[in-house]
Amino acid sequence: MTAELLLPWILATPFLGAVGVGYTGRWPNLREAVSLSTAAALFALVVLLALGASAGGQTTVVLAEPFPGLPLALSREPLGLLFALVASFLWPVTAVYAIGYMRSHGEGHQTRFYAAFAVSLGATMGIAFAANMLTLFVFYELLTVATYPLVTHAGTEEARRAGRLYLGMLMGTSIAFLLLAVVWTWQLSGTLDFTPGGILNSDMGGAALGVLLVLYVLGTGKAALMPLHRWLPAAMVAPTPVSALLHAVAVVKAGVFTILKVTVYIFGLDLIRELAAAEWLAYLAGATIILASLVAMTRDNLKARLAYSTISQLSYIVLGALLGIGAGVVGGSMHIAMHGLGKITLFFCAGAILVAAQKTRVSELDGLGRRMPLTMLAFLIGALSIVGLPPMGGTWSKWLLVQGTLDAQTWVLTAVLLASSLLNLMYLVAIPLRAFFRPPAGLSDSKGIREAPLACLLAIAVTASGCVLLFFCADPLFRLAEGVIR
Amino acid sequence: MGFVDHLPVLPVLVPLLAAPLCVLLESGSRAWWAAVFAAWLSLAAASALLWQVSNSGAVSYALGGWAAPWGIEYRVDLLAGYVLLIVASIAALVLSYARLSVAQEIPCERAAQFYAAFLLVLAGFSGIAVTGDAFNLFVFLEISSLASYTLISMGKDRRALSASFQYLIMGSIGATFILIGVGFLYMMTGTLNMQDLAARLPAVFETRTVRAGFAFLTVGIGLKLALFPLHLWLPNAYAYAPSTVSAFLSATATKVAVYALLRFLIVVFGVEFSFEEMPADVLFLVLGLAGMLSASLVAVFQDNVKRMLAYSSVAQVGYMVLGISLASATGLTSAVLHLFNHALMKGALFLALGAVVYRVGAVQIRDFAGLGRRMPWTMAAFVIGGLSLVGVPPTAGFVSKWYLVLATLEKGWWPVAGLVLLGSVIALVYVWRVVEAAYFAQPRADVTALREAPPSLLVPIWILVGANLYFGLRTDLTAGIARRAVSTLIGGAP
Repeated sequence: MTAELLLPWILATPFLGAVGVGYTGRWPNLREAVSLSTAAALFALVVLLALGASAGGQTTVVLAEPFPGLPLALSREPLGLLFALVASFLWPVTAVYAIGYMRSHGEGHQTRFYAAFAVSLGATMGIAFAANMLTLFVFYELLTVATYPLVTHAGTEEARRAGRLYLGMLMGTSIAFLLLAVVWTWQLSGTLDFTPGGILNSDMGGAALGVLLVLYVLGTGKAALMPLHRWLPAAMVAPTPVSALLHAVAVVKAGVFTILKVTVYIFGLDLIRELAAAEWLAYLAGATIILASLVAMTRDNLKARLAYSTISQLSYIVLGALLGIGAGVVGGSMHIAMHGLGKITLFFCAGAILVAAQKTRVSELDGLGRRMPLTMLAFLIGALSIVGLPPMGGTWSKWLLVQGTLDAQTWVLTAVLLASSLLNLMYLVAIPLRAFFRPPAGLSDSKGIREAPLACLLAIAVTASGCVLLFFCADPLFRLAEGVIR
Repeated sequence: MGFVDHLPVLPVLVPLLAAPLCVLLESGSRAWWAAVFAAWLSLAAASALLWQVSNSGAVSYALGGWAAPWGIEYRVDLLAGYVLLIVASIAALVLSYARLSVAQEIPCERAAQFYAAFLLVLAGFSGIAVTGDAFNLFVFLEISSLASYTLISMGKDRRALSASFQYLIMGSIGATFILIGVGFLYMMTGTLNMQDLAARLPAVFETRTVRAGFAFLTVGIGLKLALFPLHLWLPNAYAYAPSTVSAFLSATATKVAVYALLRFLIVVFGVEFSFEEMPADVLFLVLGLAGMLSASLVAVFQDNVKRMLAYSSVAQVGYMVLGISLASATGLTSAVLHLFNHALMKGALFLALGAVVYRVGAVQIRDFAGLGRRMPWTMAAFVIGGLSLVGVPPTAGFVSKWYLVLATLEKGWWPVAGLVLLGSVIALVYVWRVVEAAYFAQPRADVTALREAPPSLLVPIWILVGANLYFGLRTDLTAGIARRAVSTLIGGAP
């Protein structure tokens, strides 16, 4: 099949799945089957598109044309393909996990949950394959709206407050800053197409372009750059599958993906290197990396600690994009996949611990390694991948990012990256270690192995082995990411 | 003359004749049928007219066979046809919706009069759109205003009466100012025909009389427009009027006033005089921004949702006036485009509120508790309408916002663009207060028996919601005609 045919179907499949979930809501088994097969079908379609990548040729599929000369359009491009592959691969895995989690945790409103989940993935596909900034913006907003009911799923006062922060920060920044930046770009250059080498050039005025870049980066609230990060820890009130796929992979990666797209295809790396604003923002990202790690160390709630770790890791990618260096962009792009796999493993484990042992705090985990050895082993693998130690996939992306900072001769940022890895080691790897080596605190409930439901374990096994696999077979990913800067 | 030649007069004539018929029919339900029939007939005529104008240029119609400039001329250009379409289609949808809502809110012996007054408002608005005569415009403005005072006073709440009286006083002052303005122009030129005025006025631009006339007209229309700070009549009037009236007036009344403003500023006085010799641009820029921000902020603190949307209307008028103040092709296009899109979003929102009133009986924020579950379709419509109001893609509101921000950036006024977007963020706050109440608050004990609104209410609501989404993606009709209408109006001027 050609890309013209595949792209609309990739976009439509999740939405059709959402409708199917809505109609089969009365029969939970059928509903989960619809959800799972939609997820699998989407992944198959994205893989088909990826395999056709070598066929080459730029194809653009126009969906609608709300403004003359500025359509809503999809096209295939390496960075988007990489992002879509990661998100669509992890969706079926998460769907399997969600079945085990949602049922054994006794969550309500599951039909609404699965439908909103599918719509969120549809919006993610729209972001990944957007052919221009307008399309990306439209799906970016749709993703915010579609994930809102997931964040507020519990319906409690806490969920409501988190939802308010979520919507307020994400939609507020995107309307106030990102939309302004998009319209401004359109007014300056007369196009919003993602063009290799960028569509802006330095005769448009350095100061104006600097302001524009700041608007773009701050407007992309989903990238959780400090001080616009508060929504992410708040969103952890959502059920774990949401935190795992959406708030470790789809939503937050959509944010950093937007920043990568803007730097590579709107500004162009050459222009980014010239802008002083890019350097300041890179230091802001560096500050976020360290500060978020420090905050993570103080968090005892496991999901909150993971959320701050995500904030820190997202800024790695933002930093890579803002260096204006090829290695930084490639490293950042690869980090989308590497961090995605690592962090989703950690969240799956956190959910499994919640379901099987009803524990949410790090301090309660002492000795849990004896009850849940598989889960804790997977946690260790995921944590090592995020730290960037071999033999885990995270090694390569961190390597490239460090190389990027060396190429750019920003020694401070190099130091930041290395220091942050040490911090990661302290607050992430320490968790499985204390679970294995410390004696259990309570005496009563430590008898025998009691793991999470099989569906959850299966998903954990897939993502954890993915972390290892990507160390040995990182080449296809690298070549895809390299295509971004060519 | 064939039937087609009489097309310009039909959108005015049909409702004008159907109004007394409604009174004669006495029974509410028969009057409703007559009103609905008349409204859809006007809509058909308006659509045919727009199609004709769009294809073959402006149409002129000499009323009673008296040729302009002596007789009254009806002149339908693209902008007039476009406004006519907005008015007629909203009227047709609201009237189709009205039967159950009116039967509940209006005593049945007054229902026939209600429909008669409704049709008179429609006739008045259509008349304002098609007329090419300055004095005739005043007459139609008074027809529509007097009829709308009656409509508002029919609200169930006793405060409707005082709201209507307040509107009557303010509206009459506005009408008087317009009359004085038209009188001054007539004094200096001896003509009332707008085309004729446009040709003769430049010779006497320097006189104080013409400048005073300009000022009187601007202030008078500003009152009708609910331009900040002349908006004080609007929140109460919309809050206490019957649901259908709030929906119809909020979607059309201010639009027609904006249209009248455009007519006078751009056609009669011309861009050069209005924006360069007279300080209309600065005036509208400041007042538009002030209205946009202050009314949005006030809307955040309203507990009556109808009143909240009324303040939002004042804010939206600010957006339109801001577009006009830019005096550029894109700016005017954004204003004209927003006429249409705002009618769609406010129509949908107020009709959804009407459905809530129909089932719950009140529209305080606390009354929305639990409605997300009990009235899913109504509340889903409210959410989409609300998102359109905020300007979230892919809704019609986003297209409006895009053009307005683009127009301000073209001028290089990026602080203004920032303020426009800030207004959107505030809109998100007040819309979301309602959404949170509907989906998260614990329902009161007595709403367990509450059911979804009947289909006769839901269908018109969802037609408007669908239009909000459709015109967010396909803008040939809205932005396309707006752009063409503006370029014919300003005739190649910047």
